[in-house]
Amino acid sequence: MLDAEIVNRTLAAAMRTGADFAEIFAEDKSSTSAFLDDGRVEEVVTGRDRGVGIRVVTGDTTGFAHTADISEAGLASAAAAASAAARQGGGGTRAVEVSALQAPRRLEVRIPPEEVSKDRKVALLTAADAAARGSGAAITQVSARYGDGRRRLLVADSEGLFTSDDQVRTLFSVSCVATGDTGMQTGRESAGRTAGFEMFDLYDVEEMARRAARRALTKLTARPAPSGTMPVVVGPGGGGVLFHEACGHGLEADLVAKSASVFAGRIGEKVAAEMVTLVDDGTMAGEWGHYGIDDEGRPAARNVLISDGVLTDYMWDRLRARKEGRPSSGNGRRQSYQHLPMVRMTNTFIEAGDTEPADIVADTDHGVYVAQLGGGQVNTATGDFVFGMTEAYLIENGRITSPIREGNLIGNGPEVLTRIDALGDDFAMGSPGTCGKDGQGVPVGDGTPTLRVAALTVGGTAA
Amino acid sequence: MSEPSLLEVAERVVGWASDGCDVEAYAARESETEVRAYQGEVESLTSATSVGIGVRVVRSGRQGFAYAAALDEQTLRQTFDEALDNARFGSVDEHAGVAEPDGVEPVPLDLYRSELLEFPSEDKVSLALELERVALAADPRVTGVETAEYADTVYEGAVATSRGIAAQSCETGCYLVAYTLAADGDETQTGFGFSVGRSPDELAPEKAGKDAAERATRLLGATKPSTCRLTVVLDPYVTAQLLSIVGATLSGDAVLKGRSLFAQRIDDAVAAESLTLTDDATDPEAFTASAIDAEGLATRRVPLISDGVLRAFLYDSYTARRAGVSSTGSAVRGGFKGTPSVGAHALRLKPGRRSQAEIVAGIDDGFLVQGVSGLQSGVNAVSGDFSAGAEGLRIRRGETAEPIREVTIASTIQRLLMDVTEVGSDLEWLPMSAAGVSLAVADVTMSGA
Repeated sequence: MLDAEIVNRTLAAAMRTGADFAEIFAEDKSSTSAFLDDGRVEEVVTGRDRGVGIRVVTGDTTGFAHTADISEAGLASAAAAASAAARQGGGGTRAVEVSALQAPRRLEVRIPPEEVSKDRKVALLTAADAAARGSGAAITQVSARYGDGRRRLLVADSEGLFTSDDQVRTLFSVSCVATGDTGMQTGRESAGRTAGFEMFDLYDVEEMARRAARRALTKLTARPAPSGTMPVVVGPGGGGVLFHEACGHGLEADLVAKSASVFAGRIGEKVAAEMVTLVDDGTMAGEWGHYGIDDEGRPAARNVLISDGVLTDYMWDRLRARKEGRPSSGNGRRQSYQHLPMVRMTNTFIEAGDTEPADIVADTDHGVYVAQLGGGQVNTATGDFVFGMTEAYLIENGRITSPIREGNLIGNGPEVLTRIDALGDDFAMGSPGTCGKDGQGVPVGDGTPTLRVAALTVGGTAA
Repeated sequence: MSEPSLLEVAERVVGWASDGCDVEAYAARESETEVRAYQGEVESLTSATSVGIGVRVVRSGRQGFAYAAALDEQTLRQTFDEALDNARFGSVDEHAGVAEPDGVEPVPLDLYRSELLEFPSEDKVSLALELERVALAADPRVTGVETAEYADTVYEGAVATSRGIAAQSCETGCYLVAYTLAADGDETQTGFGFSVGRSPDELAPEKAGKDAAERATRLLGATKPSTCRLTVVLDPYVTAQLLSIVGATLSGDAVLKGRSLFAQRIDDAVAAESLTLTDDATDPEAFTASAIDAEGLATRRVPLISDGVLRAFLYDSYTARRAGVSSTGSAVRGGFKGTPSVGAHALRLKPGRRSQAEIVAGIDDGFLVQGVSGLQSGVNAVSGDFSAGAEGLRIRRGETAEPIREVTIASTIQRLLMDVTEVGSDLEWLPMSAAGVSLAVADVTMSGA
């Protein structure tokens, strides 16, 4: 995207006001998506977005400017704006010399999406539509979305780093509405991989559609969710989002540094039940939160955050790590070249235990079984969270019984960690997610085995 | 400047349309500044301008769309060609098309303040620093300010269609927002405060900082009560969030596609008699005011619910054609990267006569809900099921009492609207597509311990 000479000159210009650090992040993103709704392929959309973000750090102040003009003049003007923003300090020029560009360790993509015809992409949508509608006369509405994106990026900084990555992601989702005597209910299924079109060797879109339809149909016969505090069993892959939101965010070093985390100052302490090991791992090939390098040029890594119940480390970006005099953990990410990087998760999961999943349910007298959690929200400073349940059932006398309609789970992240009292041996990753923080969205994965939280508040309408 | 205007750019692209092909081009330019203060220093300062074009092509009833984040000639051409190619793959839809002029004149709205452009960077920095100072000084229990931010944008947009639409708009906006941490012993709570305006002289750092401190400290010592059913009073900010969800259920798109719980309910009583809901982007007080919608049609006042009776749905030009009605000027879009869709611009409830304090005084056992969370996950706009995390103050014998946290309130959208007992007099516009006002709702389940 940019040659070394221009990169050197731009970085030198950015450092001219005596900055401590300067960085160029260049990104070239192209995407294709197709959307079906109401029996029609409503549209096929293609997009192209390319530009450069320049960051200059002086003391504790960061200046940032971005531009879609990637000519040398465009870069110079962005560099000037960023360094002016970070002003302070005196003059003094500092030459910058980046090393030779390391060839991108291109993520293995067997079938690049740009080499697949739009016809084939659209055919996935119509196949899903037909399969969902064929699942039952009560299915009254179906929508499906296909999306692929290729993101080429290049990062160079004043410390000589010069590296690049080529990230390809593919996504498919189906949503159904079922209509019955009790009104309308919805069901959804989605899958996403850091991979090309070969993703559909792993995922049969018709099977995904039938699963989404079954969720909606099941809910037509569902009872209102109960309310009150009770044991909650979460199915494999269904609850990782809870630990992402309610625990993961609190382990991000930027929030920890501002004391906006319940986990601040607790390294080495027991923060979870002894059986719990929580990991964030950007190296899991193919998973939705996977990448070669993060958006600061650091390689993705596997980071153990909680080991056998003890808090071992936080996640770090470059800025926070530099202050603490330690390396980044490869968690510096940004939504696009128009955004500053910050500490973000990748694939976050709780490792499997050794209990037979069926025994966990059988051992629960009365409670709720959550097969799929919905989105949620968390206050990282207090750890309080709220999550929707998109597929859930009652547990009565050790058996999974009636489906229940959507209600929320509400609780406190640190408390939940200490209240986990069973972990299954059936680990699975969950649905692909987009994690939002400070207005920036990035793709993340999560996973869990079947697990039980001894007591959690369920907020339903059945009093 | 020698650069062509955005409208000229849009019209130029539309001019490439061949016979039997409809084209819509939407061009936008946005300049923004963002300053963050932390511990008396500038933590970060961002400045940038971005531009982009979105091109929609409808050919033989098939729609395609493409976008790009640049406006040079080559990019415009490529984007147009991509959109044309993408149109080959859409399904035939007899109602597909772009907007055409409907004779409704846009209401003149002055949403642009040149003062913003002349406001120096140092003064933006000062505002962010002042905000942090005020929030910290407001209460000794405030232990930190996680974010103290000043941000502004200058937005210009233009939309043109091959059917004769040629509209443009420009507006300025700025805001201050603070997120605070407050502590008492081991307990920590958070709060936020904000102030919005079209130019910096309209911003109130004092109020934003104090609100952020107040929101963080008022919940210190909060406990989780036991489950019961009671009357809730929603704070204006909470009501505005609820209205945004109700607005989504009234979209013509949801109605046509069988996803609205209010389909076929026109002229039915769907809410308490005290409830009158309109969507009106022509109200200059609304933060989301706009003279034209995302397809270039004039916005207008749309009465949705009058005295509890459902009167209308929201339509853009596509859904209007399909339903055999006129567009209500309700097209919205999330920037140049997306096609227009139906959405509310500026929802507002007709205010009642009594203040929040007067409403609370009439409640024996209730819950003043000051914040909700998880609305996105806990509310199903199709089924109407509603469950949200909530925090606020218990109401006992007509007065606000102890703080409450970690509870959920649950009902259905249908029942919430019917169970409204009173709308407050305290209407305020917020930085979202709905105005806030206090709202009392009877018989809501509050789940706690």
